[in-house]
Amino acid sequence: MSSPNLLYGEVEQELRDSVRSLLRDRCDWTAVLARCESEHPYDRQLWSTLATDLGVTGLLVPEELGGAGAGPRELAVLAEELGSSVAPVPLLGSAVMATSALLACSEASVASEAVTTLATGSAVGTVAVPLTTAPDDPFPESVRAQDATLSGTVPTVVDLEVADKAVVPAIGEDGPGLYLLDSSAPGVTRTPITPLDLTRRIGTLELDRVPAPRVATGPRAERALHHALTTAAGVLASEQVGLAQHCLDSTVDYVRTRYQFGRAVGSFQAVKHRLADLWAGISTARAVARDAADALTGSSEEAGISVAVAQSYCCDLVVLAAEEHLQLHGGIGMTWEHPAHLYLGRAKSSQLTLGTAERHRNTIATLGALPAP
Amino acid sequence: MVDADELRTRVRRFLSEHDPAGTDRLDFLRARFDAGLAWVHYPVGLGGIDAPRALQTVVDEEFAATGAPDNDPLTNTIGLGMAAPTILGHGTEEQRRRFLRPLWTGEETWCQLFSEPGAGSDLAALSTRAVREGDEWVLDGQKVWTSLAHTARWAILVARTAPGAPKHKGLTYFLCDMTDPGVEVRPLRQITGEAEFNEVFLSGARIPDSQRLGEVGQGWRIAMDTLMNERVAIGGGNTAREQGMIGIVSETWRQRPELRTPGLHERLLRLWVESEAARVTSERLRQQLVAGQPGPEGSAAKLAFARLNQLISGFELELLSQQGLSYDDWSLRRPDSTELTSRSPGYRYLRAKGNSIEGGTSEILRNIIAERVLGLPAEPRTDKDVPWKELPR
Repeated sequence: MSSPNLLYGEVEQELRDSVRSLLRDRCDWTAVLARCESEHPYDRQLWSTLATDLGVTGLLVPEELGGAGAGPRELAVLAEELGSSVAPVPLLGSAVMATSALLACSEASVASEAVTTLATGSAVGTVAVPLTTAPDDPFPESVRAQDATLSGTVPTVVDLEVADKAVVPAIGEDGPGLYLLDSSAPGVTRTPITPLDLTRRIGTLELDRVPAPRVATGPRAERALHHALTTAAGVLASEQVGLAQHCLDSTVDYVRTRYQFGRAVGSFQAVKHRLADLWAGISTARAVARDAADALTGSSEEAGISVAVAQSYCCDLVVLAAEEHLQLHGGIGMTWEHPAHLYLGRAKSSQLTLGTAERHRNTIATLGALPAP
Repeated sequence: MVDADELRTRVRRFLSEHDPAGTDRLDFLRARFDAGLAWVHYPVGLGGIDAPRALQTVVDEEFAATGAPDNDPLTNTIGLGMAAPTILGHGTEEQRRRFLRPLWTGEETWCQLFSEPGAGSDLAALSTRAVREGDEWVLDGQKVWTSLAHTARWAILVARTAPGAPKHKGLTYFLCDMTDPGVEVRPLRQITGEAEFNEVFLSGARIPDSQRLGEVGQGWRIAMDTLMNERVAIGGGNTAREQGMIGIVSETWRQRPELRTPGLHERLLRLWVESEAARVTSERLRQQLVAGQPGPEGSAAKLAFARLNQLISGFELELLSQQGLSYDDWSLRRPDSTELTSRSPGYRYLRAKGNSIEGGTSEILRNIIAERVLGLPAEPRTDKDVPWKELPR
């Protein structure tokens, strides 16, 4: 086992700088807060700019398919930055889940054509599974494929309301398959769910005899879905690191300038010890998230255990960060006009996303030979 | 600047001139020092050749591969890790030449006389007095938690020379001869039954002024340098998964299915994840150091290490059930090794309690992180500008 590279490379730093500067101009929290109650909760224009000006919506996609030819390490850096701003863009559904799933089916020409449209930002995609699905869950059975049409219902599909295409796992006469759904096809109903996380939306997908081409079948379909969910869980750890770091930085800024009892509240040990612990936790979260991103660049089994470690650590840490953020802001943190609630909603939802810590620990029990009683 | 290949060539040339099998151990080590192959980042003439510190492993590996004797670094950790860099940084040329060579070869080992019964976390409050008499200083006081005092030839020591000055300004740093008749070493028995540490009583001990390190009144600043060096030592090599305490309990879990319960399983997996995460964090810190981007994560590593050792050793006793009620040996021993994995689960549980106290309590480490890394303001202080002798104690 060679040592994983746990640092950020020069190209990754440049990517971070350019994304950060775009978000500073286009995605400050007042804009995010205003948008979340509007008719258009997703910032499609921001996503287009990320696609056309920075070319970062297809980081996983090879250049010959219209992508940037980068990989999970770079995608993880993008996720950190978007997480840091709770940017309302379809990163998880489109650039991570749908793209990974379709790339794993790319010998089907409809799949590789679809990947190109996601990479260039001309279309948005998602994968039609409940957002709480863990990588090791059994293949979903809520959609049936019969006579080349799909029928069934899938709740809590991420980024559904802006998705032009969805990769749908379904069970046909000959077993599991992945299908490529055009969400404007007749028989498709998409119903938004009022979300806890105002910056990443979910919805219920209902399918009534909708024709859709099959892009993978049998074990290949199972592997492609597992790969997409594992990649997404790994990249999500980096998004959580970015979000947690923002919460720490913003809290440190606040407690340095907030005075009570004639002192900056950040001078009280009861406050600073909590922030020191949070800082230490984020240092660790960053290390395991980098480890997962690096492991995902290989095809090795290591990815499974690295992602499980990263996700079981980061998904609880990010909630701690968002909760400390709120608590240490005191009353102002409880108000709608302060962004703490946007971060808390994203953090708590992401804790349930793609498997809770407990689910990932169960994966470790299996892969690490630590069996249950 | 010397590179790794150049260093390997030098080591091989040295070995061709000094056959480790046919040379007396001390002569071999002295010659290695004189050739600048002891600590390569030290200056020429003081055991080094001004090479980058990161290249030390290259030299150590070359020597180890030939079976050459080493300087038994574990018997002189304080000398090598703390006294030597302080003497190099603050000593006179004469002091460096007198002390560094026998320190490195292990002919003279060292201990550290800093902590006192009344000065633990608040080291600057220490009350051991040093009074000038002609060319000598006369010392009276008590030091505590001194490892290796019973074997050490020398000590680095901080004492109060100006009780009327504010506490940080009245301290002076000395090099103390442990064979002086005014120095008495007594074992300090700890909760494990053994005595890793000592109490040291200074009753009219005499130190020549030539063994004062730095200026009178500069003791605090120099002591801070010493303690910084204590923290540089962490990091080490790339360790494998499941090394250390988590490996022991994981193996017990695999070998003894009759001990397993759902509650213990949940806790084992949490501890496994945290241990693995701590390992990856240390590895990232190591990579940052190698890449020349040292981060402040070292202080977080000690916090995590203390917490995990305590949680895992407590877990281990519960996992072992009846066996967890027993203890291996309460007799007062003077251990050579304090490796937690070397003794029984009960010992591990008790000894790990010290991990969050020794070398900076976890509470003090949190203050350091909050103030130096996060830039948060210090607590208001009532003791800083007051003459030391007027402080309540």
